[in-house]
Amino acid sequence: MLKEVFNKPTKWSVMRQLIFKEIDDLIIDSLGIVCFISFFVGGVVSIQTALNLTNPLIPKYLIGFATRQSVILEFAPTFISIIMAGKMGSFITSSIGTMRVTEQIDALEVMGVNSLNYLVFPKLIALLLYPFVIGISMFLGILGGWMAAVYGGFASSNDFITGIQQEFIPFHIAYAFIKTFVFALLLATIPSFHGYYMKGGALEVGKASTVSFVWTAVTIILSNYILTQLLLT
Amino acid sequence: MIEVKNVEKSFGDSKVLKGISTIFETGKTNLIIGQSGSGKTVLLKSLLGIHTPEKGTISFDGRIYSNLTDDQKRALRTEIGMVFQGSALFDSMTVEENVGFPLKMFTTKTAAEVKERVDFVIHRVNLDNAHHKKPSELSGGMQKRVAIARAIVNNPKYLFCDEPNSGLDPKTAIIIDNLIHEITVEYNITTVINTHDMNSVMEIGEKIIFLKQGILAWEGTKKDIFKTDNEAITDFVYSSNLFKKIRKAQNKED
Repeated sequence: MLKEVFNKPTKWSVMRQLIFKEIDDLIIDSLGIVCFISFFVGGVVSIQTALNLTNPLIPKYLIGFATRQSVILEFAPTFISIIMAGKMGSFITSSIGTMRVTEQIDALEVMGVNSLNYLVFPKLIALLLYPFVIGISMFLGILGGWMAAVYGGFASSNDFITGIQQEFIPFHIAYAFIKTFVFALLLATIPSFHGYYMKGGALEVGKASTVSFVWTAVTIILSNYILTQLLLT
Repeated sequence: MIEVKNVEKSFGDSKVLKGISTIFETGKTNLIIGQSGSGKTVLLKSLLGIHTPEKGTISFDGRIYSNLTDDQKRALRTEIGMVFQGSALFDSMTVEENVGFPLKMFTTKTAAEVKERVDFVIHRVNLDNAHHKKPSELSGGMQKRVAIARAIVNNPKYLFCDEPNSGLDPKTAIIIDNLIHEITVEYNITTVINTHDMNSVMEIGEKIIFLKQGILAWEGTKKDIFKTDNEAITDFVYSSNLFKKIRKAQNKED
């Protein structure tokens, strides 16, 4: 499938419009839910860390440190990607699957359009912007943690900010974005595959969306493990 | 002209087309009729290049499809217009965008030229007030008209229609049939229609081929149907009492 995606490219003037449309559908439309979830989950991570620090000898800045590590290393890249496997993935599978069921893909092929390039390539390009979504998620997760810690009375602002800066390893950011880039490729291709090659009617579109979510989530989790093993050990 | 020579196609152990040979003539509405499962759709999809026959050749004005390179096949496909059974309009596009799609994809026309051609074709299929509507806002008949407009916008040499009036009321079905026929004659297109609607056969059947279990069982014109003694076609056509009466009346007139 991937070979065909890059074969016989669609006319650039048409492809440009498709890419902008996919950026709007996949990236811009996901920002609301990503911001909402990141902010509140960051807050919850901060509160739970604070509530587990019962020993008075443990410094309060650990709340900021733990929030930063959780959000940057796992929550933003991995768990937001799993959520996006549900949101973006089911959107991609159902939209391509519906085109399959209603013969729109056949119509493209009969016209002489490389339907895989027309449908999947713009999604791949749009998802190159996915790391920006994860960047925003990281920022809002930590902001949510800071607000929960400070306004919940668990730590002072200075303590939290000291924790954020404590033992900062820049490679962790690189690691998070390398993972994000791989997840973006999985998010674009697996749901497209399940939509494009589905057979049947409306019921099968729903089933294909579910199967695509499961496989995307599984491959994200597995590749997360492999990448972590390769990059951090 | 499309020439089909001894075409055979199987799926697994089941042979769906068993040596079909015929000619679809230019400037005429050529109809493929037959019962469900007779191989009509497989023949149409073979003509479109969606299915590859195991034996035989299909040639488009002398160009044998199986001998063409990928680039030549793609070029040939830009000469083909197709009206799908369910219209297959792009949901995310307006009528205007749907109709203009082949022009944007395959021509170097400017936006103004595309607009001019799209307006002309939309007017030709009597959809003047639907330019900015989405397919979901249109009736079945209007969707078929948009599909026809999209199929003819790039001046195709060959027009294929898969059951163009399925799901339409009889009056709208006749309007769609006549529109396809008018366009065929007006632009001298080789039109091939896959149908089991006997109204279409009687309305626009200039050349009819009848398939039965993958074999070309009969071919002729709509007038020939009334005179033929071929049991296969008479069984199929006169399965309806209405057509039995029409045949009696027609034979009395003759």
